[in-house]
Amino acid sequence: MWISPFITKSNSVSEIMFKVMLALIPGIALYVWYFGPAILVSLTLASLTALATEAVMLKLRERPLKPFLSDNSAVLTAWLLALSIPPLAPWWMVVVGTAFAIAVSKHLYGGLGNNPFNPAMIGYAVLIISFPAHMTHWLTPHALGSIELSFAEQLGYIFNGVLPNGLTLDAVTMATPLDTLKTQLHLGLSAHDIRDMPIYGRLAGKGSEMVALGFAIGGLYLLLNRIITWHLPLVFLGALFATAGIFHLLDPTHYVAPLFHWFSGAAMIGAFFILTDPVTSPTTAKGKIIFAIGAGVLTYLIRAFGGFPDGLAFATLFMNICVPLIDAWTQPKVFGKRESNK
Amino acid sequence: MKAAFKFHGGVHPPTHKTESTGTPIAQAALPSKLVIPLHQHVGARAKPVVQVGERVLKGQIIGRPEGRLSSTVHAPTSGTVSAIDLQPVAHHSGLPDLCVTLLPDGKEEWIAHSGVDYKQTPHTELRHLLRQAGVVGLGGAVFPSDVKAYSNKHKIKTMVLNGAECEPYITCDDLLMRERASDILRGAEVLRELLYAEEVLIGIEDNKPEAIAAMREAVINDKHEHMQVIAVPTVYPSGGAKQLMRILTGIEVAAGVRSTEKGLQCFNVATAYSAWRAIAHGEPLLSRIVTVTGNVERAQNFEVLLGTPVDELVAQAGSRPDTDKHIMGGPMMGVQLPAASVGITKAANCIIASSPALFPPPKPALPCIRCTRCAEVCPAELQPQDLYWFAKANNFGKAQEFHLFDCIECGACAYVCPSHIPLVNYYRYAKSEIWAREQESQAAEIARERHEYRQFRIEREKQEKAEKLAQKERAAAAAKVEAAQTPVGAALDPNVDPDDTMQLRINAALARAKEQAAASHPQNTETLTPQQQAEIAEAEARRAQAHEMALSDAQRKNE
Repeated sequence: MWISPFITKSNSVSEIMFKVMLALIPGIALYVWYFGPAILVSLTLASLTALATEAVMLKLRERPLKPFLSDNSAVLTAWLLALSIPPLAPWWMVVVGTAFAIAVSKHLYGGLGNNPFNPAMIGYAVLIISFPAHMTHWLTPHALGSIELSFAEQLGYIFNGVLPNGLTLDAVTMATPLDTLKTQLHLGLSAHDIRDMPIYGRLAGKGSEMVALGFAIGGLYLLLNRIITWHLPLVFLGALFATAGIFHLLDPTHYVAPLFHWFSGAAMIGAFFILTDPVTSPTTAKGKIIFAIGAGVLTYLIRAFGGFPDGLAFATLFMNICVPLIDAWTQPKVFGKRESNK
Repeated sequence: MKAAFKFHGGVHPPTHKTESTGTPIAQAALPSKLVIPLHQHVGARAKPVVQVGERVLKGQIIGRPEGRLSSTVHAPTSGTVSAIDLQPVAHHSGLPDLCVTLLPDGKEEWIAHSGVDYKQTPHTELRHLLRQAGVVGLGGAVFPSDVKAYSNKHKIKTMVLNGAECEPYITCDDLLMRERASDILRGAEVLRELLYAEEVLIGIEDNKPEAIAAMREAVINDKHEHMQVIAVPTVYPSGGAKQLMRILTGIEVAAGVRSTEKGLQCFNVATAYSAWRAIAHGEPLLSRIVTVTGNVERAQNFEVLLGTPVDELVAQAGSRPDTDKHIMGGPMMGVQLPAASVGITKAANCIIASSPALFPPPKPALPCIRCTRCAEVCPAELQPQDLYWFAKANNFGKAQEFHLFDCIECGACAYVCPSHIPLVNYYRYAKSEIWAREQESQAAEIARERHEYRQFRIEREKQEKAEKLAQKERAAAAAKVEAAQTPVGAALDPNVDPDDTMQLRINAALARAKEQAAASHPQNTETLTPQQQAEIAEAEARRAQAHEMALSDAQRKNE
């Protein structure tokens, strides 16, 4: 016998995931505009790998294929991972990272809804630990006017590892704005001088700052459509800003202004798309705030003092571990049992 | 006046109310038979007091309340009792229950009945009248109203009259308020008097402007100075008693706490109406307003005799062939009926004829992605995603720690779940498992006590027997000495060896047992004529009634 409620609101996991992917489009469009279409290659490659890995894992786990392949969650993971790695990365890196994210960090933990760690960030962590050199070669934005590869040449490098005659990889790529900042600070330049370098624009890195803005716009769409709540993204950005602001105020020559941190690296995509993964973030409002503060502070500390150019991935993974504890600690009072009601 | 408070969460499902509000309440046709469950209320099942084949009059009691928390069941029309047996009933369990089947004779012949002036009648008697009239909460909870219309220890400040009717499709209270506002308010006034409440706040969702206007007009016309009609925002489940109390007064009544402890009591508008009919006209609860809607030609509200088979009722609204099941109540909390033949009960506010097109079967459930849309809409402010997790893992201790029993099963969580998980099912499952385990452990505890007592008793009896035996042997030895001195007594059975004291003891014990059995054998009531039985029953009922009236107030004072 069928038990009430007999009606349901028309929404679904695949619809939610689809809207999140939709919200990534402005950022991706700006990515293509400023850096060329190579990113579309890695997005496609990652999506196909994710679906294939998902299918194989479902088969091995004797789960139905259709409902899970159509839930869009694997493709979303693939997109987030593809957007975190250099577009010129060799094809096998995208495949290894995505396959690991889906097979190990998602399915070995029980599949959709059961993974404690953000799969895309696990994929990223595996790649940056295993292939750190490849992870530092990012495309230069058109605006810098340096040598640019044609799309065919980019494909040639991605799939065959061959560059046109006379070109080295360093000639056509650069480090990320965050990485450059770190290196130059080590070399003794002041934050102010570094910001005057041509790779930097008004907010952060030329081109990449606009992509970050695109992700922020997509994030607003998610907020307005109530796909996500304000807690995680806004508190995270607030915590990152505050931490960066404190250091910047104390020592402006060594610590760059907080706005730079917002628009460089994975801060924006992280705030709206990665931290907000419901499976791996806390469920209570208070818990989300604690989680976001932790992620914001850690991201800054890793960026400023750690060995990696960006800190978002490891900050997210570290906070992921804390989720069960945070949830247990932040259980809200229920109807009629608040202190004020006694 | 607008509501000043609100509760957390809630959902806005499509209301589908206009389908059935276009026409006034119609009197449903007399059905071919009435299947009247004897358990239509919270508490103990009523005890049948009629015989198969007996002719009953409209309003005649066919089931008497058993115990303090119980209610009376009446013959909704005159006719003949054709069966008293187990029939399918409208209940979540799907189990059959004891029902009286009545074949109407079409004469609608009433028993003698008359109302009282409530102002001249002691409260104890008014409550007794409510109990005798079978008045129970008609909002769906069917709690006996006489028990609720009493407050001794706790002073009631506010009586909430619930006309929110937040479930989609249902419009029976809406129409009742539009058409019979005066009687509702008079009934509410009686209930207010019984509670000594200072005020009556009438909560009606603002999607029922006609009902609000009618009730406001009646408040003014009949000069009910303690009453106030408050339009509350349309959000499901505002009609939940605790949610409505929160909306109207800001006071939250936690699970496991009686609203009277917070100075509140809540009645449904239809309950107030029935209370008035019972007090002022002496009419017991024989019918109720039922919305018949969904997959029918003409959705409408009917005044329906209790026990009317659902299929006969739905036919009057124009059944459609693709109807595959019937739902009692609304789509959020309703019950799928086990058969179309079940009788309308006091709890049946709405019958929805359902078809696969109207309510498509649930989509296959995906795993929970912890999106917490359920927590956002939960009016009890629970974490449904955690409760689901614990229920699924049979981790009932944790489920209770996370306030499983605060869940009101409103279904808002399952309504919004993007993974289409039947969440309420999991909570019902966990609750019933916990109840079953508690009963088991209680039973085990009782069994242990019983076993220990039995051990103790056996030990004691052994000692006693040993003592008796020793005594008797001493006595027998003395007798033997005596017998040896006198000739053999004629009284002794020659076949029995006088030395065999064991045989003597057995014979004596058998004789004693026979005597006892003869003395304790019950009087044979089976040979009485029906008339004699009826007389005895009547006398006992009178005695019970007098006893009960005296006792119930004594109990209340002790509470």
